[in-house]
Amino acid sequence: MSATFFKKTSLISLGIALALIVVGIVVNLSPTLHEVTWLRVLFDVSTLNFTLRATIPLALGAMAGILCERTGIINIGIEGMMLAGAFAGFVAKVATNDWPLMASLLMGVLAAILAGGLMGYIHAVFSIRFKMDQIISGTFLIILAGGLSAYLFNPDSVAIGKFSPIAIPGLSKIPVIGDIFFKNPPITYAALILVVVLHVAFFHTKWGLRSRAAGEHPRAADTVGINVNFYRYLNTTIGGMVAGLAGGFLVLEAVGQFQEGMTAGRGFISLAAMIFGNWMPFGALGAATLFGYTQGVQNALLLAGVANIPRHFISMLPYVVTIIAVAGFVGRVRPPAAEGKVYETESSD
Amino acid sequence: MGNFSLRRLLRSLLIPLLAVFLALVVGAAIMWLAGDDPIEAYKGLFMGAFGSKRGWATTIRKWSPLLLTGLSVAVAFQAGLFNIGASGQFMMGTIFSVWVGIHFPDLPALVHVPLAILAGILGGILWGAIPGILKVTTGAHEVISTIMLNYIAALFAGWTVYAGGSSGQKPGPLWDPAAKAISRTPPVVESARIPFIFGPPYRVHWGVVLVIVAIFLIAWLMYKTTIGFELRTVGQNFKASKYAGIRVGWTVVLAMMLAGALAGMAGAIETLGVNFKFAPEFGGSVGFDGITVALLGQTNPFGVGLAAFFMASLAAGGAKMQFDSGVSSDIIQVINALMLAFVAAPAIIRYVFRIRKSDADQESTPKISWGG
Repeated sequence: MSATFFKKTSLISLGIALALIVVGIVVNLSPTLHEVTWLRVLFDVSTLNFTLRATIPLALGAMAGILCERTGIINIGIEGMMLAGAFAGFVAKVATNDWPLMASLLMGVLAAILAGGLMGYIHAVFSIRFKMDQIISGTFLIILAGGLSAYLFNPDSVAIGKFSPIAIPGLSKIPVIGDIFFKNPPITYAALILVVVLHVAFFHTKWGLRSRAAGEHPRAADTVGINVNFYRYLNTTIGGMVAGLAGGFLVLEAVGQFQEGMTAGRGFISLAAMIFGNWMPFGALGAATLFGYTQGVQNALLLAGVANIPRHFISMLPYVVTIIAVAGFVGRVRPPAAEGKVYETESSD
Repeated sequence: MGNFSLRRLLRSLLIPLLAVFLALVVGAAIMWLAGDDPIEAYKGLFMGAFGSKRGWATTIRKWSPLLLTGLSVAVAFQAGLFNIGASGQFMMGTIFSVWVGIHFPDLPALVHVPLAILAGILGGILWGAIPGILKVTTGAHEVISTIMLNYIAALFAGWTVYAGGSSGQKPGPLWDPAAKAISRTPPVVESARIPFIFGPPYRVHWGVVLVIVAIFLIAWLMYKTTIGFELRTVGQNFKASKYAGIRVGWTVVLAMMLAGALAGMAGAIETLGVNFKFAPEFGGSVGFDGITVALLGQTNPFGVGLAAFFMASLAAGGAKMQFDSGVSSDIIQVINALMLAFVAAPAIIRYVFRIRKSDADQESTPKISWGG
């Protein structure tokens, strides 16, 4: 494990996620513990299943953020990219309703990824070519996606069918773990694999080193012949695609339909997960799990009839811990050094 | 000299006007591509906003909150801060003012109305001060903390009016039992309502006058007082203002408190003059709209006033546009987004209209990085 892997907050969030799984296994395997109501509410397989479902779009959103920000482009527009992906995925799914289900769903995924990628590319063009403030550009994407999807949405259209779970042979038979991790629909698997791929890509490949250089010290990167803005265009577009996939997950795997404003702030929780996870893929996954768990617990409490904790305060948790993290109360998180700064080569205008 | 300043004025109007024009053109193209008739749509929009007394009244009614949240964002911009938190500050202003507004039924209106507005301002100040203090003491970037505080405020406000759940969840402290399963507050008592200038059906209230006073007050504060000078100096050059002996930390907190006060006041005025109650769906896109207004107005208080008026007319005309031409009023949000993009990137405007950059042009938007 590289030294970069151990950053305090990313370690904390990853630790919490792992602890959740371990306690979950113990509680669900022990008949006596599983009889205790509050343990069952907090750690039952159904709670953890719900947690994973809530975690996936957050984790994908956070990966989108990491891709952009590690290369030096601030991305607060994840919410807009997600919504664009969700809407495009829905439109493509509806247009191909009479195709075989799998083909139609794959068209949906493709459209979601392309729409997200387009949003990412626009963000890159505005930020790099037109030197727009990156936070304003992100805000623009959020307003645009909200407006455009509401304007073009036809409430009468219905998407028929969504992704169903695929049990992985062998692995799905493992008690508890199999039930949580190996009986899921495809985008869930893809998202979890993507986190591992991104970690390896960022810290063990030439692409990763160059991308991080562009985000940390573009001048030095340029000096050794790295095309800083090329990496920024590339990664912001890929980031948009990943956020688009998160939107596709909502429409094609979780809900099955599109609703206006259906991302409902998930892009901002993703942003929080990225920050709390200290711009590390595994850290962000851990944070996303923690934040997803707050939704899983709310659901479980509701089902169990536990009424004395208002759900509003549980929902606040992601936002509160993010403020605590940026304020440095649990070991400061540190964004890429050159983030948000336009890079101009010395020869250009 | 007079000639020179007139030229400067025209130049400063050029980019926002071209941005609006370009946004309307691109908006028309989108409508045309989607199979709608843009000419009919814009006709309906214009008639809806200005074609009748009621249209004018709606435009004026929608002007106040846009103007105040726009000023909120603009004041922060001038101090080099990006206040994405206007919606949270608006929400806290709403909750504070509604609390005063539904209690104390025996107060005379002359006391009750100002008290409720002040409560709203206080709520906004509190919510604006938090990111300011966090930035100064810990370095936490205000963009992140204000985004998070928006959600915390929305959830907090949602809890205060929560109707409770079927399995015994306790209702929130401001919930109206008469509303049954609906989450909302009781109506604001008569004595706390801002009186109408023109009563129903026009419903234009005296808050508008207050808002006009706010423009002049902010303009005076920003350009004629030491505080305003320090604020703008910190915004233009953080390091130099430190060496110049300005208490930078205090100025940052003050700017955020001022921004919060304005957004909180917007919440109070909407509650006491228009809605007369609070329900979680109120507030909407107020924070993002404030950013567009502030940039369209080039962060100048009077410019912000004009920009807010224009955006208010778009919002007011939307209903008639949808009714007359069948074009969904959601297109207005698209136009707002485009205006924001074009005004924030003068490079796009210069590129499209082939305008050369002059030395007099100054960047009106700060360049922000949360890397510090």
